[in-house]
Amino acid sequence: MKKVKVLFLYPNEMNIYGDRGNLLALKKRLEWHGYEPNIKYHHIGDNIALDTDIIIGGGGQDSGQQKIHNDLMKNKEVFQKLANNNTPMLLVCGLYQLFGNRFVTHNNEEMTGINIFDIDTFATKKRSIGNIVIDTEFGKIVGFENHSGQTKLLNNQKAFGRVIKGYGNNRKDKSEGARINNVFGTYLHGPILPKNPVLTDYLIEQAIINKYGPTKLKKINDSLENAAHDIAAALK
Amino acid sequence: MPKKHTLSVAAGKAIRHATKLKGNGGSALPGLVIEKISPKFTANHLSNLPLGVVVVVGTNGKTTTTKFIADSLELLGKKVLTNDTGSNYSRGIASKIIQEVKTGSKLPHDIAVIELDEIYATHFIKKIKPDYVLALNVMRDQLDRFGEIDNTAGYIKTVLQSAKKGTIINADDDLLTKLGLQGKKISYFGVGPKIRKKFPTDSELISIEGSQQIKYSQIDRTVTLQDYDENSAVFMHNNKRYTKSLKIKGGYNYQNAAAAAATLLKILPDIPFTKIIDAVAQVQPAFGRGEEVIINGKAITIRLVKNPGGFQQALNDHVSDKEVVIAINDNYADGRDVSWLYDVDFGNLEKSGVDYVSGNRAYDMAVRLKYEGVAVNNIDRSIEKTIEKVLSNKSKQKIIIYATYTCMLKIRSLLKNSSNIGGPL
Repeated sequence: MKKVKVLFLYPNEMNIYGDRGNLLALKKRLEWHGYEPNIKYHHIGDNIALDTDIIIGGGGQDSGQQKIHNDLMKNKEVFQKLANNNTPMLLVCGLYQLFGNRFVTHNNEEMTGINIFDIDTFATKKRSIGNIVIDTEFGKIVGFENHSGQTKLLNNQKAFGRVIKGYGNNRKDKSEGARINNVFGTYLHGPILPKNPVLTDYLIEQAIINKYGPTKLKKINDSLENAAHDIAAALK
Repeated sequence: MPKKHTLSVAAGKAIRHATKLKGNGGSALPGLVIEKISPKFTANHLSNLPLGVVVVVGTNGKTTTTKFIADSLELLGKKVLTNDTGSNYSRGIASKIIQEVKTGSKLPHDIAVIELDEIYATHFIKKIKPDYVLALNVMRDQLDRFGEIDNTAGYIKTVLQSAKKGTIINADDDLLTKLGLQGKKISYFGVGPKIRKKFPTDSELISIEGSQQIKYSQIDRTVTLQDYDENSAVFMHNNKRYTKSLKIKGGYNYQNAAAAAATLLKILPDIPFTKIIDAVAQVQPAFGRGEEVIINGKAITIRLVKNPGGFQQALNDHVSDKEVVIAINDNYADGRDVSWLYDVDFGNLEKSGVDYVSGNRAYDMAVRLKYEGVAVNNIDRSIEKTIEKVLSNKSKQKIIIYATYTCMLKIRSLLKNSSNIGGPL
């Protein structure tokens, strides 16, 4: 069976919003599509292999972000190289912020990011909490957001989606998340992948194309996922 | 007693009567009004109790542990004021005082045992310094409200520091033991090394594929839950073993029993431990917390699940001969965010499968189980219809219902119509 290597970033520090649900969704759907998931975990101090096919990472508390910061910076060039090679990545909340230029904390301290997204994030006193629905090229994507950081897209940075319901990047411009090549940053947890199988399959398909050449994934019965999605999209 | 105070008791009683007539339970509203009229109402009454005030905080087990302590004290001959209506905010306590106190008089109780939500507790202690504070655990819970778990630990620290006579802390919760509290006033409860892995801390809970090693803390425990099986629990105190069959079953409840026993030793230092643990063993479950209801010969157990830690511990004791119902709502009291369902390992349900999923977020639950490889037979967002089906199904005689808070309230009121269920609602 053809293998696909999935890397989950910092499971001990950046995994507070059910982020392992994203890993589970990738693992199961890879199996259902007929591939063998090869799940790896990246801990502080580990090296990141250049033959990694999909990278995902989640949100952490402020203390978690501080712990992983050095390690992330050390691997900056590897992440940039993988991003340029169209490797699919999904970064949620805390890691989305650190994949940008900088994160400015409450005390005005600046944490530098790895410059994959052209974004700046500022900690604020107000938390953006609630159900969120965004419009994207994959249709409506649903989730739950919970963040005090407000993110600004700079220059020509593309958003991941446009807010239909909820707050998104910054409560002002209706943008949500960011995208460059196959790298997606977003504030949506819930977790995002199980309830949005279109996005999950996109990440999987891109990984397979990169590794094994052009391919088209077969259809899976997603009636449960779609029902959960549609109910979430209709929530207040 | 000042005149305003006398008036407010009368006003509170009137409001309580009116809300009861309206039929909405009325557990917090009278207190809310009285605290507006007379802000020191609760403090004035509680400061006169001879054995003082006990506050119970922590993410999981507050209601059951509060009941363990309060009911044991009653069994030991004390008169206890407690907020057993499940309204764990300070106005719930004010409502309770209105109910208990005769107009213009003092409370007739020896002691108050009060469960408080972390945030409300930090407000409560500004008005009333508790004599004892028991801290059970810190787990991720409704992060949409509390923000982050580090904040929760901070709130609990503030509450622990306000205790006048003593604090009782879970020795197996590293978020509590590393708060840096020291001194003679502190005592600890805990579990034995053999069963420690069944009581995951918050970080162990979310650790993936055993990426975190469990370290057994060497802190001296006043009371330890050494071991347990389906029928009995073994407690240790001063190197002696006490094997007891408790009315309230389940590993997490036995851990709560150890917490209660350690607290009772602090409050009543002259009572021998055997008397204390005997009293604890007699206590009946709190509503919706492992309560068993018999309807048409079916034994139905309702288990409140609020967060990954509580759900995981309930599933660790799951026996597969039961029909399984899971009901998930996403109202404010349940936690609006259902992400936490992915921090629970449902592997224990693989064998029995799940017969029904229900509640507003039934489909989220069904998807969660699909990705765990657990079969689901019935999905219906309507709790009424689900309970109707459960009761009319003739095949299984034992049913376990795992329900979030508002689902539990709904299910309990539905079952109440056709059963022996008692208590509020």
